Amino acid sequence: MMVQVKRTLNQIIAGILVNSIYEMKNYPIVLINTVLSPLSFLILIVFVSRGSLLGDAIVGGFIMSMFSNGIALQGDLSHLKNDFKLQEMVVSSPASAGAYVTGMAISELIYSSPALAVLVALAILYLHGTLIQGLLFCGVLATMFLTSIALGFTLATMSSDIVQSFAFSRLISTLFSTLPPVYYPITLIPHPFQYLAYLSPTTYAAQIAQNALGYLPISAHTAALDWAVLLSVTMVLFLIAVKKARWREA
Amino acid sequence: MNSDGRLITRGLTKVYSGSGSRRAIDQITMDMPTHGILAFIGRNGAGKTTLVRILATQLEPTSGSATIDGLDVMLDARELRKRIAIVPQEARTVAWMSPKQTVLSYLMWRGFDYSEAKEMAVEALARVGIDQYRDKLNRTLSGGTKRKVLVATVLASEADIVFLDEPTTGLDPISRRDLWNYLSNLGRERFTILTTHYLEEAEQLADRISILDRGRLVGTGTLEELRSLVKYRYSIRLQQETQLLVTANGELAKARDGSVQLLTTEDEAFRLSKDLFEKGYRFSISPVTLDDIFFHLANREDEPQP
Repeated sequence: MMVQVKRTLNQIIAGILVNSIYEMKNYPIVLINTVLSPLSFLILIVFVSRGSLLGDAIVGGFIMSMFSNGIALQGDLSHLKNDFKLQEMVVSSPASAGAYVTGMAISELIYSSPALAVLVALAILYLHGTLIQGLLFCGVLATMFLTSIALGFTLATMSSDIVQSFAFSRLISTLFSTLPPVYYPITLIPHPFQYLAYLSPTTYAAQIAQNALGYLPISAHTAALDWAVLLSVTMVLFLIAVKKARWREA
Repeated sequence: MNSDGRLITRGLTKVYSGSGSRRAIDQITMDMPTHGILAFIGRNGAGKTTLVRILATQLEPTSGSATIDGLDVMLDARELRKRIAIVPQEARTVAWMSPKQTVLSYLMWRGFDYSEAKEMAVEALARVGIDQYRDKLNRTLSGGTKRKVLVATVLASEADIVFLDEPTTGLDPISRRDLWNYLSNLGRERFTILTTHYLEEAEQLADRISILDRGRLVGTGTLEELRSLVKYRYSIRLQQETQLLVTANGELAKARDGSVQLLTTEDEAFRLSKDLFEKGYRFSISPVTLDDIFFHLANREDEPQP
Protein backbone atom coordinates (compact mmCIF):
# COMPACT_ATOMS: atom_id res chain seq x y z
CA MET A 1 0.00 0.00 0.00
CA MET A 2 2.74 2.46 1.04
CA VAL A 3 4.81 1.50 -2.00
CA GLN A 4 1.85 2.26 -4.28
CA VAL A 5 1.27 5.63 -2.57
CA LYS A 6 4.93 6.48 -3.03
CA ARG A 7 4.85 5.48 -6.70
CA THR A 8 1.73 7.58 -7.29
CA LEU A 9 3.39 10.52 -5.57
CA ASN A 10 6.42 10.14 -7.85
CA GLN A 11 4.10 10.09 -10.88
CA ILE A 12 2.45 13.32 -9.70
CA ILE A 13 5.85 14.94 -9.12
CA ALA A 14 6.90 13.94 -12.67
CA GLY A 15 4.02 16.02 -14.07
CA ILE A 16 4.95 18.96 -11.86
CA LEU A 17 8.59 18.79 -12.94
CA VAL A 18 7.82 18.60 -16.66
CA ASN A 19 5.04 21.16 -16.81
CA SER A 20 6.24 23.81 -14.38
CA ILE A 21 9.56 23.42 -12.54
CA TYR A 22 11.73 22.59 -15.57
CA GLU A 23 10.01 25.14 -17.76
CA MET A 24 10.37 27.90 -15.16
CA LYS A 25 13.97 26.90 -14.47
CA ASN A 26 15.09 26.57 -18.09
CA TYR A 27 12.96 29.40 -19.55
CA PRO A 28 12.84 32.12 -16.80
CA ILE A 29 11.16 34.50 -19.27
CA VAL A 30 7.87 32.63 -18.73
CA LEU A 31 7.81 33.91 -15.15
CA ILE A 32 7.24 37.47 -16.37
CA ASN A 33 4.19 36.37 -18.32
CA THR A 34 2.71 34.45 -15.39
CA VAL A 35 3.06 37.54 -13.19
CA LEU A 36 1.81 40.05 -15.74
CA SER A 37 -1.34 38.23 -16.90
CA PRO A 38 -3.48 38.53 -13.75
CA LEU A 39 -1.88 41.80 -12.63
CA SER A 40 -2.41 43.75 -15.86
CA PHE A 41 -6.18 44.00 -15.38
CA LEU A 42 -5.71 44.75 -11.69
CA ILE A 43 -3.48 47.72 -12.50
CA LEU A 44 -5.87 48.96 -15.20
CA ILE A 45 -8.93 48.81 -12.94
CA VAL A 46 -7.10 50.53 -10.08
CA PHE A 47 -5.98 53.38 -12.36
CA VAL A 48 -9.38 53.86 -13.99
CA SER A 49 -11.21 53.82 -10.65
CA ARG A 50 -8.55 56.10 -9.09
CA GLY A 51 -7.91 53.44 -6.47
CA SER A 52 -11.49 53.04 -5.29
CA LEU A 53 -11.73 49.49 -6.68
CA LEU A 54 -8.37 48.30 -5.38
CA GLY A 55 -9.94 45.66 -3.10
CA ASP A 56 -12.23 44.32 -5.85
CA ALA A 57 -9.31 44.26 -8.27
CA ILE A 58 -7.11 42.24 -5.90
CA VAL A 59 -9.98 39.77 -5.38
CA GLY A 60 -10.39 39.65 -9.19
CA GLY A 61 -6.66 39.04 -9.61
CA PHE A 62 -6.90 35.94 -7.40
CA ILE A 63 -9.97 34.62 -9.23
CA MET A 64 -8.43 35.30 -12.64
CA SER A 65 -5.25 33.56 -11.48
CA MET A 66 -7.17 30.47 -10.38
CA PHE A 67 -9.28 30.39 -13.51
CA SER A 68 -6.21 30.79 -15.73
CA ASN A 69 -4.92 27.48 -14.40
CA GLY A 70 -7.64 25.61 -16.28
CA ILE A 71 -7.01 27.56 -19.47
CA ALA A 72 -3.31 26.80 -19.19
CA LEU A 73 -4.01 23.14 -18.39
CA GLN A 74 -6.03 22.61 -21.54
CA GLY A 75 -3.25 24.17 -23.64
CA ASP A 76 -0.49 22.21 -21.93
CA LEU A 77 -2.26 18.84 -21.98
CA SER A 78 -3.06 19.32 -25.63
CA HIS A 79 0.48 20.48 -26.46
CA LEU A 80 2.17 17.58 -24.65
CA LYS A 81 -0.24 15.07 -26.16
CA ASN A 82 -0.42 16.22 -29.77
CA ASP A 83 2.97 17.82 -30.38
CA PHE A 84 5.33 15.76 -28.23
CA LYS A 85 3.32 12.49 -27.95
CA LEU A 86 4.30 12.53 -24.29
CA GLN A 87 0.88 11.39 -23.15
CA GLU A 88 1.16 8.27 -25.33
CA MET A 89 4.45 7.42 -23.61
CA VAL A 90 2.81 7.85 -20.21
CA VAL A 91 -0.30 5.82 -21.16
CA SER A 92 1.95 2.84 -21.98
CA SER A 93 3.54 2.98 -18.54
CA PRO A 94 2.41 2.15 -15.00
CA ALA A 95 1.22 5.76 -14.47
CA SER A 96 -2.53 6.23 -14.01
CA ALA A 97 -4.66 8.88 -15.69
CA GLY A 98 -5.47 10.33 -12.27
CA ALA A 99 -1.82 10.75 -11.29
CA TYR A 100 -1.01 12.29 -14.68
CA VAL A 101 -3.80 14.88 -14.56
CA THR A 102 -3.26 15.65 -10.86
CA GLY A 103 0.42 16.33 -11.49
CA MET A 104 -0.42 18.55 -14.45
CA ALA A 105 -3.09 20.45 -12.50
CA ILE A 106 -0.75 21.09 -9.54
CA SER A 107 1.93 22.18 -11.99
CA GLU A 108 -0.39 24.95 -13.17
CA LEU A 109 -0.72 26.19 -9.58
CA ILE A 110 3.05 26.21 -9.21
CA TYR A 111 3.37 27.94 -12.56
CA SER A 112 1.09 30.73 -11.33
CA SER A 113 2.83 30.96 -7.94
CA PRO A 114 4.83 34.12 -8.80
CA ALA A 115 1.59 35.98 -9.54
CA LEU A 116 -0.07 34.49 -6.47
CA ALA A 117 2.88 35.65 -4.34
CA VAL A 118 2.41 39.24 -5.57
CA LEU A 119 -1.36 39.01 -4.97
CA VAL A 120 -0.86 37.60 -1.46
CA ALA A 121 1.47 40.51 -0.68
CA LEU A 122 -1.14 42.98 -1.98
CA ALA A 123 -3.88 41.18 -0.03
CA ILE A 124 -1.89 41.41 3.21
CA LEU A 125 -1.37 45.13 2.61
CA TYR A 126 -4.82 46.16 1.40
CA LEU A 127 -7.42 43.51 2.24
CA HIS A 128 -8.62 43.28 5.80
CA GLY A 129 -10.97 40.60 6.99
CA THR A 130 -11.65 38.03 9.67
CA LEU A 131 -10.43 34.43 9.64
CA ILE A 132 -13.90 33.26 8.56
CA GLN A 133 -13.89 35.72 5.65
CA GLY A 134 -10.41 34.52 4.70
CA LEU A 135 -11.49 30.87 4.76
CA LEU A 136 -14.58 31.67 2.71
CA PHE A 137 -12.39 33.45 0.17
CA CYS A 138 -10.00 30.48 0.03
CA GLY A 139 -13.04 28.19 -0.49
CA VAL A 140 -14.13 30.28 -3.48
CA LEU A 141 -10.61 30.15 -4.94
CA ALA A 142 -10.37 26.36 -4.46
CA THR A 143 -13.77 25.90 -6.17
CA MET A 144 -12.68 28.20 -9.01
CA PHE A 145 -9.50 26.14 -9.42
CA LEU A 146 -11.46 22.89 -9.62
CA THR A 147 -13.98 24.40 -12.06
CA SER A 148 -11.26 25.63 -14.38
CA ILE A 149 -9.29 22.37 -14.19
CA ALA A 150 -12.39 20.33 -15.10
CA LEU A 151 -13.18 22.70 -17.97
CA GLY A 152 -9.57 22.71 -19.17
CA PHE A 153 -9.32 18.93 -19.06
CA THR A 154 -12.60 18.48 -20.97
CA LEU A 155 -11.51 20.88 -23.70
CA ALA A 156 -8.08 19.24 -23.91
CA THR A 157 -9.77 15.95 -24.83
CA MET A 158 -11.50 17.75 -27.70
CA SER A 159 -8.56 19.62 -29.24
CA SER A 160 -6.46 17.68 -31.69
CA ASP A 161 -3.83 20.27 -32.51
CA ILE A 162 -2.18 23.40 -31.18
CA VAL A 163 -4.19 25.83 -33.34
CA GLN A 164 -7.47 24.45 -32.01
CA SER A 165 -6.07 24.49 -28.50
CA PHE A 166 -5.03 28.17 -28.73
CA ALA A 167 -8.47 29.02 -30.11
CA PHE A 168 -10.09 27.35 -27.08
CA SER A 169 -7.73 29.20 -24.70
CA ARG A 170 -8.51 32.61 -26.17
CA LEU A 171 -12.24 31.92 -26.25
CA ILE A 172 -12.47 30.75 -22.63
CA SER A 173 -10.21 33.52 -21.45
CA THR A 174 -12.40 36.18 -23.10
CA LEU A 175 -15.74 34.65 -22.14
CA PHE A 176 -14.96 33.73 -18.55
CA SER A 177 -12.32 36.11 -17.29
CA THR A 178 -12.10 39.25 -19.45
CA LEU A 179 -15.79 40.01 -20.07
CA PRO A 180 -17.42 39.04 -16.73
CA PRO A 181 -17.23 41.40 -13.71
CA VAL A 182 -14.32 39.68 -12.00
CA TYR A 183 -12.17 42.74 -11.20
CA TYR A 184 -15.08 45.06 -10.31
CA PRO A 185 -18.59 44.70 -8.84
CA ILE A 186 -21.38 43.48 -11.09
CA THR A 187 -23.38 46.57 -10.13
CA LEU A 188 -21.16 48.63 -12.46
CA ILE A 189 -22.52 46.74 -15.47
CA PRO A 190 -25.71 48.12 -17.09
CA HIS A 191 -28.68 46.05 -15.97
CA PRO A 192 -29.53 44.05 -19.12
CA PHE A 193 -25.92 42.92 -19.45
CA GLN A 194 -25.85 41.63 -15.88
CA TYR A 195 -27.93 38.65 -17.03
CA LEU A 196 -25.25 37.80 -19.59
CA ALA A 197 -22.55 38.09 -16.94
CA TYR A 198 -24.34 35.43 -14.90
CA LEU A 199 -23.63 32.91 -17.68
CA SER A 200 -20.04 32.77 -16.46
CA PRO A 201 -19.08 30.84 -13.29
CA THR A 202 -16.42 33.46 -12.58
CA THR A 203 -19.19 36.03 -11.96
CA TYR A 204 -20.60 33.92 -9.11
CA ALA A 205 -17.11 33.35 -7.67
CA ALA A 206 -16.30 37.07 -7.79
CA GLN A 207 -19.67 37.99 -6.28
CA ILE A 208 -19.19 35.58 -3.34
CA ALA A 209 -15.57 36.72 -2.78
CA GLN A 210 -16.40 40.44 -3.04
CA ASN A 211 -19.28 39.92 -0.60
CA ALA A 212 -17.17 37.88 1.81
CA LEU A 213 -14.59 40.64 2.00
CA GLY A 214 -17.18 43.39 2.31
CA TYR A 215 -16.92 44.98 -1.15
CA LEU A 216 -20.35 43.97 -2.45
CA PRO A 217 -23.43 43.79 -0.25
CA ILE A 218 -25.70 40.89 -1.26
CA SER A 219 -28.36 39.04 0.70
CA ALA A 220 -27.62 35.69 2.37
CA HIS A 221 -30.13 34.17 -0.05
CA THR A 222 -28.21 35.48 -3.06
CA ALA A 223 -24.89 34.31 -1.57
CA ALA A 224 -26.34 30.83 -1.01
CA LEU A 225 -27.68 30.79 -4.56
CA ASP A 226 -24.25 31.86 -5.89
CA TRP A 227 -22.60 28.98 -4.01
CA ALA A 228 -25.22 26.54 -5.29
CA VAL A 229 -24.66 27.60 -8.90
CA LEU A 230 -20.87 27.59 -8.57
CA LEU A 231 -20.75 24.14 -6.97
CA SER A 232 -23.28 22.74 -9.46
CA VAL A 233 -21.25 24.04 -12.41
CA THR A 234 -18.08 22.54 -10.90
CA MET A 235 -19.78 19.18 -10.39
CA VAL A 236 -21.26 19.12 -13.89
CA LEU A 237 -17.90 20.02 -15.44
CA PHE A 238 -16.21 17.28 -13.42
CA LEU A 239 -18.78 14.72 -14.51
CA ILE A 240 -18.27 15.74 -18.14
CA ALA A 241 -14.48 15.59 -17.68
CA VAL A 242 -14.66 12.09 -16.18
CA LYS A 243 -17.04 10.94 -18.93
CA LYS A 244 -14.92 12.46 -21.70
CA ALA A 245 -11.60 11.27 -20.31
CA ARG A 246 -10.23 8.29 -22.17
CA TRP A 247 -6.78 7.11 -21.13
CA ARG A 248 -7.02 4.56 -23.91
CA GLU A 249 -8.51 5.78 -27.19
CA ALA A 250 -11.60 4.08 -28.57
CA MET B 1 15.54 -9.88 -19.37
CA ASN B 2 13.94 -11.56 -22.41
CA SER B 3 10.39 -12.86 -21.93
CA ASP B 4 9.88 -16.46 -22.82
CA GLY B 5 6.21 -16.23 -23.79
CA ARG B 6 4.35 -15.45 -26.98
CA LEU B 7 2.75 -12.52 -28.69
CA ILE B 8 -0.57 -13.83 -29.94
CA THR B 9 -3.22 -11.94 -31.89
CA ARG B 10 -6.48 -13.43 -33.11
CA GLY B 11 -8.52 -11.64 -35.77
CA LEU B 12 -7.37 -8.24 -34.53
CA THR B 13 -9.34 -5.58 -36.39
CA LYS B 14 -9.63 -1.81 -36.04
CA VAL B 15 -12.16 0.40 -37.79
CA TYR B 16 -11.83 4.06 -36.84
CA SER B 17 -15.12 5.80 -36.26
CA GLY B 18 -15.82 8.27 -39.04
CA SER B 19 -13.68 6.36 -41.55
CA GLY B 20 -16.64 4.49 -43.05
CA SER B 21 -15.90 0.82 -43.33
CA ARG B 22 -12.17 1.24 -43.94
CA ARG B 23 -10.25 -1.13 -41.73
CA ALA B 24 -6.97 0.27 -40.42
CA ILE B 25 -6.03 -3.31 -39.56
CA ASP B 26 -8.02 -6.29 -40.68
CA GLN B 27 -8.11 -9.74 -39.10
CA ILE B 28 -4.48 -9.76 -37.95
CA THR B 29 -3.63 -13.20 -36.60
CA MET B 30 -0.09 -14.04 -35.52
CA ASP B 31 1.83 -16.04 -32.97
CA MET B 32 5.39 -14.95 -32.22
CA PRO B 33 7.94 -15.62 -29.50
CA THR B 34 8.49 -12.56 -27.30
CA HIS B 35 12.22 -12.17 -27.60
CA GLY B 36 14.58 -10.44 -29.99
CA ILE B 37 13.38 -7.82 -32.45
CA LEU B 38 10.08 -8.07 -34.29
CA ALA B 39 9.68 -5.59 -37.15
CA PHE B 40 6.38 -4.54 -38.68
CA ILE B 41 7.03 -3.29 -42.19
CA GLY B 42 4.68 -1.71 -44.67
CA ARG B 43 3.93 1.46 -46.57
CA ASN B 44 2.40 4.54 -44.96
CA GLY B 45 -1.15 3.68 -43.98
CA ALA B 46 -0.48 -0.07 -43.93
CA GLY B 47 -1.67 -0.29 -40.30
CA LYS B 48 1.69 -0.57 -38.50
CA THR B 49 1.06 2.24 -36.01
CA THR B 50 -2.51 1.13 -35.33
CA LEU B 51 -1.28 -2.38 -34.55
CA VAL B 52 1.49 -1.09 -32.28
CA ARG B 53 -0.90 1.27 -30.47
CA ILE B 54 -3.31 -1.57 -29.76
CA LEU B 55 -0.51 -3.83 -28.48
CA ALA B 56 0.86 -0.96 -26.36
CA THR B 57 -2.60 -0.60 -24.68
CA GLN B 58 -3.23 2.86 -26.17
CA LEU B 59 -6.02 1.99 -28.54
CA GLU B 60 -9.04 -0.29 -28.32
CA PRO B 61 -9.43 -2.81 -31.13
CA THR B 62 -12.84 -3.02 -32.81
CA SER B 63 -12.72 -6.80 -32.61
CA GLY B 64 -10.31 -9.64 -32.02
CA SER B 65 -7.86 -10.20 -29.21
CA ALA B 66 -4.18 -9.80 -28.42
CA THR B 67 -2.05 -11.16 -25.60
CA ILE B 68 1.59 -10.64 -24.76
CA ASP B 69 3.08 -13.28 -22.48
CA GLY B 70 -0.45 -14.29 -21.56
CA LEU B 71 -1.52 -10.74 -20.64
CA ASP B 72 -4.54 -9.51 -22.57
CA VAL B 73 -4.03 -5.97 -23.92
CA MET B 74 -7.60 -5.06 -22.92
CA LEU B 75 -8.23 -7.07 -19.77
CA ASP B 76 -4.75 -7.02 -18.21
CA ALA B 77 -3.64 -3.55 -19.35
CA ARG B 78 -2.64 -2.51 -15.83
CA GLU B 79 -0.24 -5.44 -15.45
CA LEU B 80 1.02 -5.15 -19.00
CA ARG B 81 1.80 -1.45 -18.63
CA LYS B 82 4.32 -2.29 -15.90
CA ARG B 83 6.25 -4.27 -18.51
CA ILE B 84 6.00 -2.09 -21.61
CA ALA B 85 7.50 1.17 -22.80
CA ILE B 86 6.99 3.00 -26.08
CA VAL B 87 8.52 5.68 -28.23
CA PRO B 88 5.54 6.69 -30.39
CA GLN B 89 5.67 7.69 -34.02
CA GLU B 90 6.55 11.40 -34.34
CA ALA B 91 7.42 11.62 -30.63
CA ARG B 92 9.54 14.67 -29.90
CA THR B 93 11.67 15.64 -26.96
CA VAL B 94 10.12 18.46 -24.92
CA ALA B 95 11.96 21.62 -25.99
CA TRP B 96 12.34 23.20 -22.54
CA MET B 97 13.92 20.16 -20.92
CA SER B 98 17.38 18.62 -21.03
CA PRO B 99 18.00 14.97 -21.96
CA LYS B 100 18.59 14.15 -18.29
CA GLN B 101 15.35 15.83 -17.25
CA THR B 102 13.51 14.03 -20.06
CA VAL B 103 14.63 10.56 -19.01
CA LEU B 104 14.36 11.32 -15.29
CA SER B 105 10.77 12.56 -15.48
CA TYR B 106 9.74 9.58 -17.62
CA LEU B 107 11.19 7.21 -15.02
CA MET B 108 9.31 9.06 -12.27
CA TRP B 109 6.10 8.51 -14.27
CA ARG B 110 7.02 4.84 -14.08
CA GLY B 111 7.11 5.22 -10.30
CA PHE B 112 10.83 5.60 -9.54
CA ASP B 113 12.10 8.00 -6.86
CA TYR B 114 13.83 11.20 -7.98
CA SER B 115 17.35 10.16 -6.87
CA GLU B 116 17.00 6.65 -8.31
CA ALA B 117 15.62 8.02 -11.57
CA LYS B 118 18.45 10.54 -11.82
CA GLU B 119 21.11 7.84 -11.59
CA MET B 120 19.31 5.62 -14.09
CA ALA B 121 18.91 8.55 -16.50
CA VAL B 122 22.61 9.42 -16.44
CA GLU B 123 23.52 5.77 -17.03
CA ALA B 124 21.07 5.36 -19.94
CA LEU B 125 22.27 8.54 -21.65
CA ALA B 126 25.85 7.30 -21.36
CA ARG B 127 24.79 3.97 -22.89
CA VAL B 128 23.46 5.68 -26.02
CA GLY B 129 26.60 7.81 -26.18
CA ILE B 130 25.13 11.25 -25.46
CA ASP B 131 26.38 11.74 -21.93
CA GLN B 132 28.09 14.98 -22.92
CA TYR B 133 24.74 16.55 -23.91
CA ARG B 134 22.78 15.48 -20.84
CA ASP B 135 22.38 18.99 -19.40
CA LYS B 136 21.87 20.88 -22.70
CA LEU B 137 18.38 21.91 -23.69
CA ASN B 138 16.70 19.43 -26.05
CA ARG B 139 15.93 22.19 -28.55
CA THR B 140 19.67 22.73 -29.13
CA LEU B 141 20.34 19.08 -30.04
CA SER B 142 20.53 17.52 -33.51
CA GLY B 143 17.70 15.32 -34.80
CA GLY B 144 19.75 12.15 -34.27
CA THR B 145 20.66 13.08 -30.70
CA LYS B 146 17.03 13.92 -29.87
CA ARG B 147 16.01 10.50 -31.14
CA LYS B 148 18.69 8.90 -28.94
CA VAL B 149 17.22 10.76 -25.95
CA LEU B 150 13.88 9.09 -26.65
CA VAL B 151 15.52 5.69 -27.04
CA ALA B 152 17.33 6.34 -23.74
CA THR B 153 13.96 6.83 -21.97
CA VAL B 154 12.85 3.29 -22.77
CA LEU B 155 16.35 1.92 -22.30
CA ALA B 156 16.50 3.42 -18.81
CA SER B 157 13.16 1.91 -17.85
CA GLU B 158 12.60 -1.51 -16.32
CA ALA B 159 10.25 -2.44 -19.20
CA ASP B 160 11.11 -5.74 -20.85
CA ILE B 161 8.82 -5.15 -23.83
CA VAL B 162 9.68 -2.10 -25.90
CA PHE B 163 7.76 -0.54 -28.80
CA LEU B 164 9.56 1.79 -31.21
CA ASP B 165 7.29 3.26 -33.85
CA GLU B 166 9.42 4.34 -36.82
CA PRO B 167 12.42 5.22 -34.64
CA THR B 168 14.66 6.26 -37.52
CA THR B 169 12.24 8.05 -39.84
CA GLY B 170 13.59 11.41 -40.91
CA LEU B 171 17.14 10.73 -39.81
CA ASP B 172 20.06 11.03 -42.20
CA PRO B 173 21.67 7.70 -43.25
CA ILE B 174 24.63 8.08 -40.88
CA SER B 175 22.47 8.87 -37.83
CA ARG B 176 20.16 6.02 -38.77
CA ARG B 177 22.97 3.48 -38.88
CA ASP B 178 24.37 4.88 -35.66
CA LEU B 179 20.99 4.34 -33.98
CA TRP B 180 20.83 0.78 -35.35
CA ASN B 181 23.69 -0.23 -33.03
CA TYR B 182 21.70 0.80 -29.96
CA LEU B 183 18.50 -0.78 -31.25
CA SER B 184 20.35 -3.99 -31.97
CA ASN B 185 21.66 -4.06 -28.38
CA LEU B 186 18.19 -3.27 -27.08
CA GLY B 187 16.82 -6.26 -28.98
CA ARG B 188 19.35 -8.54 -27.30
CA GLU B 189 18.14 -7.44 -23.86
CA ARG B 190 14.39 -7.04 -24.35
CA PHE B 191 11.58 -7.98 -26.68
CA THR B 192 11.57 -5.05 -29.10
CA ILE B 193 8.77 -4.36 -31.55
CA LEU B 194 9.67 -1.78 -34.13
CA THR B 195 7.87 -0.44 -37.15
CA THR B 196 9.67 0.83 -40.17
CA HIS B 197 9.22 1.42 -43.84
CA TYR B 198 12.94 1.01 -44.41
CA LEU B 199 13.22 -2.60 -45.53
CA GLU B 200 16.96 -2.47 -45.11
CA GLU B 201 16.42 -1.60 -41.45
CA ALA B 202 14.18 -4.58 -40.86
CA GLU B 203 16.60 -6.83 -42.73
CA GLN B 204 19.53 -5.62 -40.62
CA LEU B 205 17.87 -5.54 -37.21
CA ALA B 206 14.90 -7.86 -37.00
CA ASP B 207 14.84 -11.47 -35.92
CA ARG B 208 11.29 -11.75 -37.23
CA ILE B 209 9.41 -9.62 -39.71
CA SER B 210 5.71 -9.10 -40.31
CA ILE B 211 4.64 -7.48 -43.56
CA LEU B 212 1.49 -5.39 -43.48
CA ASP B 213 -0.32 -4.13 -46.54
CA ARG B 214 -3.59 -2.16 -46.47
CA GLY B 215 -4.29 -3.35 -42.95
CA ARG B 216 -3.68 -7.03 -43.62
CA LEU B 217 -0.83 -9.27 -42.60
CA VAL B 218 0.56 -10.60 -45.87
CA GLY B 219 3.62 -12.39 -44.55
CA THR B 220 5.36 -13.10 -41.29
CA GLY B 221 8.40 -14.99 -40.04
CA THR B 222 12.17 -14.87 -40.08
CA LEU B 223 13.85 -13.51 -43.21
CA GLU B 224 14.53 -17.09 -44.31
CA GLU B 225 10.89 -18.06 -43.72
CA LEU B 226 9.75 -15.05 -45.71
CA ARG B 227 12.14 -15.98 -48.51
CA SER B 228 10.54 -19.39 -48.61
CA LEU B 229 7.16 -17.73 -49.26
CA VAL B 230 8.50 -16.91 -52.69
CA LYS B 231 9.76 -20.02 -54.38
CA TYR B 232 12.12 -18.22 -56.72
CA ARG B 233 15.52 -16.83 -55.77
CA TYR B 234 16.04 -14.09 -58.38
CA SER B 235 14.23 -10.85 -59.01
CA ILE B 236 13.97 -8.72 -62.13
CA ARG B 237 12.35 -5.30 -61.99
CA LEU B 238 11.21 -2.99 -64.75
CA GLN B 239 9.46 0.34 -64.79
CA GLN B 240 6.77 -0.95 -67.16
CA GLU B 241 5.30 -4.30 -68.16
CA THR B 242 6.68 -6.11 -71.20
CA GLN B 243 5.64 -9.26 -73.05
CA LEU B 244 9.05 -10.76 -72.31
CA LEU B 245 8.21 -10.94 -68.60
CA VAL B 246 4.59 -11.99 -69.07
CA THR B 247 5.62 -15.09 -70.99
CA ALA B 248 8.60 -15.94 -68.73
CA ASN B 249 8.68 -18.64 -66.06
CA GLY B 250 8.13 -17.23 -62.60
CA GLU B 251 5.77 -15.07 -60.58
CA LEU B 252 4.91 -11.65 -61.90
CA ALA B 253 3.72 -8.83 -59.65
CA LYS B 254 2.61 -5.37 -60.70
CA ALA B 255 2.75 -2.36 -58.41
CA ARG B 256 0.21 0.45 -58.29
CA ASP B 257 2.77 2.77 -59.93
CA GLY B 258 2.91 0.48 -62.97
CA SER B 259 6.32 -1.03 -62.29
CA VAL B 260 6.62 -4.82 -62.49
CA GLN B 261 8.67 -7.49 -60.79
CA LEU B 262 9.33 -11.04 -61.87
CA LEU B 263 10.59 -13.56 -59.35
CA THR B 264 12.22 -16.38 -61.19
CA THR B 265 14.96 -19.02 -61.29
CA GLU B 266 18.61 -18.12 -61.71
CA ASP B 267 18.78 -19.55 -65.25
CA GLU B 268 15.60 -17.82 -66.37
CA ALA B 269 16.76 -14.54 -64.79
CA PHE B 270 19.98 -14.57 -66.78
CA ARG B 271 18.24 -15.56 -69.99
CA LEU B 272 15.72 -12.74 -69.58
CA SER B 273 18.29 -10.18 -68.62
CA LYS B 274 20.16 -10.91 -71.85
CA ASP B 275 16.95 -10.45 -73.88
CA LEU B 276 15.96 -7.30 -72.03
CA PHE B 277 19.42 -5.84 -72.48
CA GLU B 278 19.38 -6.54 -76.20
CA LYS B 279 15.96 -4.88 -76.55
CA GLY B 280 17.18 -1.81 -74.69
CA TYR B 281 15.00 -2.08 -71.56
CA ARG B 282 16.19 -0.52 -68.31
CA PHE B 283 15.89 -3.11 -65.57
CA SER B 284 17.52 -4.39 -62.38
CA ILE B 285 18.37 -7.97 -61.50
CA SER B 286 19.36 -9.28 -58.07
CA PRO B 287 18.99 -12.18 -55.67
CA VAL B 288 15.72 -11.98 -53.70
CA THR B 289 15.92 -9.48 -50.82
CA LEU B 290 13.39 -8.42 -48.23
CA ASP B 291 12.64 -5.54 -50.55
CA ASP B 292 11.59 -8.02 -53.26
CA ILE B 293 9.59 -10.16 -50.86
CA PHE B 294 7.77 -7.07 -49.66
CA PHE B 295 7.16 -5.85 -53.20
CA HIS B 296 5.89 -9.25 -54.21
CA LEU B 297 3.65 -9.93 -51.20
CA ALA B 298 2.27 -6.41 -51.02
CA ASN B 299 1.47 -6.27 -54.72
CA ARG B 300 0.06 -9.70 -55.44
CA GLU B 301 -2.66 -9.19 -57.99
CA ASP B 302 -4.84 -11.84 -56.35
CA GLU B 303 -4.76 -9.93 -53.04
CA PRO B 304 -8.35 -9.16 -52.04
CA GLN B 305 -9.01 -5.43 -51.88
CA PRO B 306 -10.40 -4.08 -48.61
